[in-house]
Amino acid sequence: MDNDIINADYTAGGKRLNPLRSGIDRLAGAIRLTDALQSNALASTARMIVLGLAFLAGVLAWSSGILPEILSLKDDVLYLLNQHLFMVAVSGGLALLVGLPLGILLSRPYMLKYAEALMQILNVGTTVPTLAILALSMSVLGIGTVPAIFGLFVATLLPIVRNAYAGCQAVAPHLIESATGMGMTPGQILRRVEIPNALFVMFAGIRTAFAINVGTVPLAFLIGAGGLGELIFQGIALNNFGMMLAGALPVALLAVLVDFVLSQAQFWLVPKGVNPLR
Amino acid sequence: MIRLEDLTKIFQTPSGDITAADRINMDVPEGNICVLLGPSGCGKTTTMKMVNRLIEPTSGKIFIGGEDVTSKDPISLRRSIGYVIQQIGLFPNQTIEDNICAVPDLLGWDRKKSRTRAGELLEMVALDPATFLGRFPKELSGGQQQRVGVIRALAADPPVMLMDEPFGAIDPINREVIQDEFLRMQKEIKKTIMFVSHDIDEAVKMADKIAIFDAGQLIQYDSPDDLLAHPKNSFIADFVGGDRTLKRLRLIRVEDAMTKDPPRVTADDTLDKAVNLMEEHGHISIVMVGPKGRARGVVYLSDARGKKGKVGDSHDKLPVSVHVGEDLRTAVSSMFMHDEASLACVDSDGIYKGYVTQRGITHLLGATYRDQ
Amino acid sequence: METISFIIGNFGYIVELTVQHIAIVSVAVGLAIITGVPIGIAITQNQRAADIVLYTAAIIITIPSIALFGIMIPILSTIGQGIGYLPAVIAILLYSQLPIIRNTYTAIANVDPALREAARGMGMTSFQRLRKVEIPLAVPVIMAGVRTAVVMNIGVAAIAAYIGAGGLGTLISRGISQTDPRQLIAGALAVSILAITADFSLLWLQKRFTPRGLQSSKA
Repeated sequence: MDNDIINADYTAGGKRLNPLRSGIDRLAGAIRLTDALQSNALASTARMIVLGLAFLAGVLAWSSGILPEILSLKDDVLYLLNQHLFMVAVSGGLALLVGLPLGILLSRPYMLKYAEALMQILNVGTTVPTLAILALSMSVLGIGTVPAIFGLFVATLLPIVRNAYAGCQAVAPHLIESATGMGMTPGQILRRVEIPNALFVMFAGIRTAFAINVGTVPLAFLIGAGGLGELIFQGIALNNFGMMLAGALPVALLAVLVDFVLSQAQFWLVPKGVNPLR
Repeated sequence: MIRLEDLTKIFQTPSGDITAADRINMDVPEGNICVLLGPSGCGKTTTMKMVNRLIEPTSGKIFIGGEDVTSKDPISLRRSIGYVIQQIGLFPNQTIEDNICAVPDLLGWDRKKSRTRAGELLEMVALDPATFLGRFPKELSGGQQQRVGVIRALAADPPVMLMDEPFGAIDPINREVIQDEFLRMQKEIKKTIMFVSHDIDEAVKMADKIAIFDAGQLIQYDSPDDLLAHPKNSFIADFVGGDRTLKRLRLIRVEDAMTKDPPRVTADDTLDKAVNLMEEHGHISIVMVGPKGRARGVVYLSDARGKKGKVGDSHDKLPVSVHVGEDLRTAVSSMFMHDEASLACVDSDGIYKGYVTQRGITHLLGATYRDQ
Repeated sequence: METISFIIGNFGYIVELTVQHIAIVSVAVGLAIITGVPIGIAITQNQRAADIVLYTAAIIITIPSIALFGIMIPILSTIGQGIGYLPAVIAILLYSQLPIIRNTYTAIANVDPALREAARGMGMTSFQRLRKVEIPLAVPVIMAGVRTAVVMNIGVAAIAAYIGAGGLGTLISRGISQTDPRQLIAGALAVSILAITADFSLLWLQKRFTPRGLQSSKA
């Protein structure tokens, strides 16, 4: 286990979290921190910078003749984007459907024995590079959309399970005692006390998971599942800058957008009393 | 109201069985505050938590209002019992309003009504509903949170409340304030309360009855005064402290200890009359009252003897008096402070009601020992 | 079975690729430490600057690596370095900024004000305070950031094989394009083991760098 001083970086988001963590989890901490920084003034400054950069890039692209090239690939982009989003939605959705209940289940007292051991394994699992996960998935399931979605599902699942578990574990025991003492059933305690109080940490896991997911989907092309990665990898292979950018720009935008949407969801869905951002 | 019959809890641990509560028998009368007191690990908390079945008894029975609740559904049992813990346990994800309405909501009560009641309850503990209803627990101070914790337990108007060191986490000054506030409230609501504490002073202050536990056994169950006056064994005597008789001063009100209808003089009386009255009663001083009976001054025997004239011309200022509603501790403290052997007792209008003397107090406290 | 014999037969080659892989990551993270730590210290002086720097670094880290390569190649090719070692190092350098800057910033900003006060009271200049009090206390936290960066970027470096940067990703890419499960599995295993080993050894190092007085007793 890490030393307490090391955990200091964890408190950055305003709340102290679970002791179970490794690299990717810290990334979640990072993303959480950025939320804390999303004051209005800052957001507008950052937006101005991004817009300025986008404008400059646009001018550059037009003058170098790349932009028309990108635009000529519009149909391909839309078709591949469709595939791309499908993979994100299915693998991410499945990971949520499986991961959240699994994490919560593991946090039940009667699962404690297995949970700690499993978390150690998940910690190691999250250090495995995503390209390796996809490659291993392909070596077992062959090529195509199914192995790609399976690999993505596994990579996305781990942070979701871990944070759902850690979030529930971190709910103060006296809250549970209070809830029990006033006559809540276990189900009511879970719905009214545990989940709302764990939600912020759960969301951090979901954001990390989707950052990994969206970052890995372009690699799915490599195992024959299409998506926008096709344009990037083909562009690299053919040394075709227009094609590269036609893939890379939407992929980058999608990643930023997904994280933005999730950060907003986190901001608004996590109850005010337990949301360090509000 | 709450009756425990042979209530026993045995915890099975790897290092053997531990009897946390051993055949506890007690009866808390309706409207009483019963403080369960004892060192940590004595079984007081275990006993209390068996009442709302947070801990399942190994054997024995619990009756609430005559009903055996040992076999009742624990969920509905708990909803009918108020529960306050030291860590307060307000749900940080909910507003103060929703926190207070937690049990009414569980019971499916009309939401509007329970929200109105939440506001009324806040006013009872002197928190402005307009300010606090919409706030979240983290926006309240510790003392405010503790008040909300108490009224949350009262929200569904349960006849019985369990309180587990409810004021333990509050600083000493605020604790006194909240205790007084709670006692005032209890006068109106008259709940039957089981209250766990490890603080003898708190117990003496709050309790109608005190149950002292040690090593899983109920050692003594008595009124605070009896407990302080007649500790059953050396454990209790040690636990309540060597100054236990001084603690009893707190339990007795001036009104109950004073000598009523005392002799008095008015400004128009002669000093002769004053001297005669004092000698007749064996006093060394006498209080002079005004026309309506307010205590106005004092005449000392040593000064008045052999003098002629009116009391009104040669009285001294009354050095100090005590309100009849205060406890004897305050009275004794005043006497020591002003080096007086007796103290005039007055009501809220300043009317002279009686007097207490150091000798009289000593006598009163000693009476219970002489009877034996 | 075939995979094992492949690994045994090509052990030297795998070691060579591993060394390449480590080289890319260490050079890039090394540069990231040199840039990130001073930035992290500097921004403790100005809340607004800190917000903007951390926000920007957080946006960069969300961009998928292959997309970052796709954007960088056209730009870098203007100086003739479109593919290969340089874009890989730049990408890793950029990705490492967030964990390193953030951890430095948090660690320095969270130094107990009482310690700072005590150091001021004994007459240390602000530079002496930084050197003798704040940085020593921050080192373990910064190390944790480095560890995060290294583990994450071992994965990025594997993808960089597709832009000709070499490393263990080469095995995976060849395994896929030649439909050769032996190379595929060997590459995937090697890069996973590398990441896990790096994680554990940097954790060990991190503990070594924690001053004795700060180590929790259970560690």
